[in-house]
Amino acid sequence: MATPLDPHAAIVTHAAGQGAAAEARPNAQGVLLTTADGQPLARALTRSRRRARRQAFLLVLPLLAFVLITFVVPIGQMLQRSAKNPGFSDNMPQVSAWFDENPRGAVPDEAAFAALAADMAAAAEARTVGIVGTRINYELPGTRSLFTSTGRKVARGIEPPHREALLEMDPRWADEELWTAMRNASTPYTSSFYLAALDRTRDSAGDVARVPENRQVYVMLFQRTLWLSLLITGLTFVLGFPVAHLLATLPMRRSNLLMILVLLPFWTSLLVRTTAWIVLLQQQGVVNDALVWLGLIGEQGRLQMIYNQTGTIIAMTHILLPFMILPLYSVMRTINPSYVRAARSLGATSWTAFRRIYFPQTLPGLGAGALLVFILAVGYYITPALVGGSSGQLISNMIAMHMTETLNWSMAAALAALLLAGVLILYWLYDRLVGIDNLKLG
Amino acid sequence: MRCKASGRLHSLAARSRDQETTDRETALTATAGTNGFVVFDHVQKSYDGQTLVVKDLNLSIGKGEFLTMLGPSGSGKTTCLMMLAGFETATHGEIRLDGQPINQVPPHRRGIGMVFQNYALFPHMTVGENLSFPLEVRGMGRAEREARVVRALDMVQMGAFKTRRPAQLSGGQQQRIALARALVFDPKLVLMDEPLGALDKQLREHMQFEIKALHERLGITVVYVTHDQGEALTMSDRIAVFNDGRIQQLATPSELYEAPENSFVAGFIGENNALHGTIERLDGVAALVRLGNGELIDATAVNIRDVGQSTLVSIRPERVEFKPELMPSGAHTVEAEVAEVIYMGDIFRARMRVAGTNDFVMKYRNTLGQVRLSPGQKIRVGWHPQDARALDPV
Ligand SMILES: Nc1ncnc2c1ncn2[C@@H]1O[C@H](COP(=O)(O)OP(=O)(O)O)[C@@H](O)[C@H]1O
Ligand SMILES: [Mg+2]
Repeated sequence: MATPLDPHAAIVTHAAGQGAAAEARPNAQGVLLTTADGQPLARALTRSRRRARRQAFLLVLPLLAFVLITFVVPIGQMLQRSAKNPGFSDNMPQVSAWFDENPRGAVPDEAAFAALAADMAAAAEARTVGIVGTRINYELPGTRSLFTSTGRKVARGIEPPHREALLEMDPRWADEELWTAMRNASTPYTSSFYLAALDRTRDSAGDVARVPENRQVYVMLFQRTLWLSLLITGLTFVLGFPVAHLLATLPMRRSNLLMILVLLPFWTSLLVRTTAWIVLLQQQGVVNDALVWLGLIGEQGRLQMIYNQTGTIIAMTHILLPFMILPLYSVMRTINPSYVRAARSLGATSWTAFRRIYFPQTLPGLGAGALLVFILAVGYYITPALVGGSSGQLISNMIAMHMTETLNWSMAAALAALLLAGVLILYWLYDRLVGIDNLKLG
Repeated sequence: MRCKASGRLHSLAARSRDQETTDRETALTATAGTNGFVVFDHVQKSYDGQTLVVKDLNLSIGKGEFLTMLGPSGSGKTTCLMMLAGFETATHGEIRLDGQPINQVPPHRRGIGMVFQNYALFPHMTVGENLSFPLEVRGMGRAEREARVVRALDMVQMGAFKTRRPAQLSGGQQQRIALARALVFDPKLVLMDEPLGALDKQLREHMQFEIKALHERLGITVVYVTHDQGEALTMSDRIAVFNDGRIQQLATPSELYEAPENSFVAGFIGENNALHGTIERLDGVAALVRLGNGELIDATAVNIRDVGQSTLVSIRPERVEFKPELMPSGAHTVEAEVAEVIYMGDIFRARMRVAGTNDFVMKYRNTLGQVRLSPGQKIRVGWHPQDARALDPV
């Protein structure tokens, strides 16, 4: 391989050989090397390295603690909450015990109703019947009041036979679905929130089944979130690529000006930007007014561009654009113009030079930008909430709703965990297809 | 065209040397006019509309010639090369390649191979793919592409590196690949812009030799840009010395070194002693010059017109003599005081005070029994009038 005319070839092979030899403990000649004062070289090396490692660790310790406290712990809590909700099992111990002893499908007998009555009485006493009701309400909407009202009545006194007495208080206690729901909630650890997040539930036989059509919403929302995020990533690419290219090739002064325009959105509040879109896009807004004035549409035909999916797409594309432009720009700036020149001098048209030489070299930036925009879009919340109407809501709006309105934190946690898992899977796929080390964030 | 091109590498390499030499000689004589292979005809270039970076360039390069553009940084060499390659447009004037005006021809249809200073090897492609690229965009079939790539790699002794990426190669290896890539599609003309600038001295000298050998073997026309005069002198058939957007002198290396036409060229090429004076007497080209301190020296008038004109006399250090028996009889000598003598192995380099300047340099060989000069010693130095060139001061 190393011809006499080629001194560098020899150097390369030689260096490769050295690297391999350095890894073996006793060196190639089988001699144990020692330091000047007679210690084994390997031990001295480990010791000096350990010291350096310890120092490095102490340096990052504050950050590590911060990340642990603010990131790992809350996410762990959230993940736990998505699979654990002891609201029913803690407060209804006797009914839970009855579920343990009787297999699924067993018709609730007098013993079951007696246990229910006793638990209800205790829960009413301890003022936890609301928690119990809320828990069952998650499984079977509209049942919270059943628990609170029955609780009040039971607290006033109840005579056996408990079955009849309870049915008298409310005939819904005979409902098979209600008992299935209670059984599902009778263990603190449950998959029911994950099932619900996928529009599934457990029927009376314990099998996973789809929820009724009119309550199916989450799968559709996941799909919509995925689709819109991909679309928005694509749009930011189409819009951002030329801008990044301009930024990288314009003379310094003008490129700085353009850069300010690109960064401007970062300096204004997200809310202001989103509201600006409302002003522009609403039916009595600037764009519609202009179109009517130009005679392109009639007064009756004003376009609905906001409070629907279109609004979400437009506003999010705008807001996420810098996250695509900046990594692309940082990569493009390092691409020497002589590559394209070389390609052209070798006979490539400008299009071929772009496609075969320039574009492949922007891929690390494109990958980083796309990943950034996609992940941000998947979790975006405020913009869809403000301009999305009902057709432009994303899964994070559902999570927010469960966090703040229904207070079903377990549900919110399950949805968030599924979202996280989805993003991780996509990240893994990306790593597989493109390679994460090909990424350049700036 | 494809068929003709594929045959060229072969046939040229096989061609006998003397045949080639006569070819080259006829080509060189043909370049005197304006019908060379590459012609710059009154070319001017301005980037900003305020200053001319290239001022009225007229240059005719013969087929098979190795022409070097030499000049200090910023003198417009790269600009000329870029205009020839098609990446910059000439503000005025015409550039012709093989008789055809190419001002309007886009770079990819000029068929000019180019080696860039940073090599510009495509980092996302292997060496083989890099070389295959120009053939692919010409629509060449796979089998022929393979054969040509192998041939080009062998030509630069890099056959074993086809599957490597450019980043896995050393600077010298990348340089070879860049060279092979510029040659693989049999271009009529190859341009090189400081191709060896990034290499260390030893490797650079080695590559100079190889590029020169390839040029002779393939018979291609090369336009080479450098600011390294040593490189220019060793490689070129002719050198165009650039300064300030103009060609100061266009000549063969020996002519350039021995007979610089103006004081810029004299000062730029090689080491040079410059003595200020006025023309005392002019007899044809034989001039008598009076130096600042009143001493008289003999010189050859180059671009001198009148007696009384001020002049800069240029003398190469190795042409200065201090032993009376070696000086031409009857020639004037001047007084010199040795300021410093540096031992350089094969030669001595003495710095002296002559006619008011402190940095007059004389080089003399370290022969057996050579006279040893020492600082403070007063001697007389002289030279053959032919070696002292009276030039227009710039
Ligand atoms: N793209 C450009 N825009 C403006 N001025 C340029 C450009 N390229 C070169 N110049 C100017 O032209 C002059 C000659 O440059 P160049 O041809 O690169 O010189 P050289 O290659 O001899 O060092 C320099 O003063 C340089 O600043
Ligand atoms: Mg240059």
